[in-house]
Amino acid sequence: MPRKTYIAAIQAALAEELRHDPSVILIGEDVRIGVFAGTRGLHAEFGDARIIDTPISELGVAGAGIGAAATGLRPVVDLMFGTFLYLAFDQIANQAAAMRYMFGGQTKVPVTFMVQNGGGIGAGPHHSQAVHPFFMHLPLIKVVMPSTPYDVKGLLKAAIRDDNPVIFLNHLSLGGQRGDVPDDEYLIPLGKADIKRAGRDVTIVCAGLMVHHALKAATKLAAQGIEAEVIDLRTLKPWDEETVLASVARTGRCVVVDESYPVCGGASEWAACISEKAWDHLTAPVQRVSSAHVPIPFSPVLEKMVIPQPANIVAAVHRVVAQPEPERI
Amino acid sequence: METDKLLDIYTRILRIRRFEEEVGKLFAQGQLPGFVHLYIGEEAVGAGVCAALRDDDYIVSTHRGHGHVLAKGGDMNRMMAELFGKRDGYCKGKGGSMHIADFSIGMLGACGIVGGGIPVAVGAALSAKTRGADQVAVTFFGDGAANEGSFHESLNLASALKLPVIFVCENNQYGEFTPATSAMNIKDIALRAQGYGIPGVIVDGTDAIAMYDAAQEAVARARRGEGPTLIEAKTHRRGGHAEGEDAFLAGQQYLLPEERDAMRRNDPLLKLHDYIVERKLVALETLEMLDQEIGQAVADAVAFARASEEPDETILFADRWA
Repeated sequence: MPRKTYIAAIQAALAEELRHDPSVILIGEDVRIGVFAGTRGLHAEFGDARIIDTPISELGVAGAGIGAAATGLRPVVDLMFGTFLYLAFDQIANQAAAMRYMFGGQTKVPVTFMVQNGGGIGAGPHHSQAVHPFFMHLPLIKVVMPSTPYDVKGLLKAAIRDDNPVIFLNHLSLGGQRGDVPDDEYLIPLGKADIKRAGRDVTIVCAGLMVHHALKAATKLAAQGIEAEVIDLRTLKPWDEETVLASVARTGRCVVVDESYPVCGGASEWAACISEKAWDHLTAPVQRVSSAHVPIPFSPVLEKMVIPQPANIVAAVHRVVAQPEPERI
Repeated sequence: METDKLLDIYTRILRIRRFEEEVGKLFAQGQLPGFVHLYIGEEAVGAGVCAALRDDDYIVSTHRGHGHVLAKGGDMNRMMAELFGKRDGYCKGKGGSMHIADFSIGMLGACGIVGGGIPVAVGAALSAKTRGADQVAVTFFGDGAANEGSFHESLNLASALKLPVIFVCENNQYGEFTPATSAMNIKDIALRAQGYGIPGVIVDGTDAIAMYDAAQEAVARARRGEGPTLIEAKTHRRGGHAEGEDAFLAGQQYLLPEERDAMRRNDPLLKLHDYIVERKLVALETLEMLDQEIGQAVADAVAFARASEEPDETILFADRWA
């Protein structure tokens, strides 16, 4: 199977969908040049009409994507960084997420907003936040956060074909990751998690960069005789409760890891749901691992202290595994 | 102008006026939930502009949107039912006064966020251009929205991409209760067009014929692929910002007596009525009959809305994922 980088997998997904459906267009700042290379080379094949460079006007461009989606196109809006979605928030929250419902089903809004989310490369406070909880909170908008080259291709293609608005969060620090990516067409359904490592002792729920940190933690834990199951949610909304709850029913212990903040963050949502629905299976309280509640600092030393690292995940697993088994009657 | 066209515009204005008068009454009687912002005084803008559009052209509206829906040919029954929050309303009772849409006539939605609809119209124009269709998109908005970032980003974006958009600013001289004169340091919003390299036109927004003419020119330019136009319609809102606003104002006055006089003198319905009658273009009896017909249609719409059932839980959870 061909090996590709995460970025090359994004390129492949976009090119395939642009070929597959003439209503797909790509709009955003610098999409011709492709600053992060995900959109590079597409202009040569698809031209001005479909690969559209725009001014730096996130709100206006997001709204244009929404208006175009409501009138027959299937736009991919590239807004570069997760934090830039804040500039477009009104259009996403008040229009994209609301239009279909508030107009009584008269329209659909098949728009994909694509950004680099999260930190880890010393990009500083304005380019490093993991912004997904803001969008998980909104109704009727899907949120996707892939962790591997294989997943990013299949999920991006599925996101573009989805008839709902999708926030598609590539990870800033995963662009160079290599992995097997088939040249053949494949789609990964939104809303389906993937068990990236099977294990019997504890379930680790995560997505994006945190999947890689969790896998590293799992290797360390295995050396200590603890077998962790690592579940990559892939889609954060709607998320695959079924796969997670089934795993927790087997392991009885759960650590949720998310790069966003601890207050109303991704981990908060998953932990609450697991505690509510898997209570009878849990032998220890669900542990959350989130970023520290500060802006993401520039210093690589400080940034590492803020964003969850494998060691933080190992420590959280120790907290749940240290709990004694309840006495069986 | 041909008499048929004139009568068409007059009919659009009259439909809006009679509908809005009834809505005002119903609201005062406490029969409508939420807020309503009436279009009375501004009818010539929506009517004049929409008379210059084709059925498949797009419009995007504002919180003061009833007039735009009717001007584009919207159905009174479904509108009234929506204002009552009933299941036979345009949005099954989930949108209400500020979020009515009728996609079947290119009406892409009213909008409760000031300036929120402007980028959506730019997107509709982008869609038309990309599909190779010669449709145009009109976005109506107020003087208040001209101070939102979405206005400026959209004018620039539409100009840079040469999109077929007509930006229609209904300058009714107040953003909620704050006079435009204290919210901006220029008298004419049309001036802002220059900053984006597009034509900016000032029109008497109480003159339906002038509105139609200005819109026709902007629409023709857009269809030729020459890009957007900003039309500033100088107009006024007869009923203030929102019905029942006295409750918010607690006795405070914000309109000057001379402003009230000017509004009465410049009633767009009476102006067009007098124009038609003075020139004997249409018999007075015909106009009166038209008024009666529209009055009956409004009464029928209220009856339709009252007879419609309340929405239920099925409707609550319908129309979520596509």
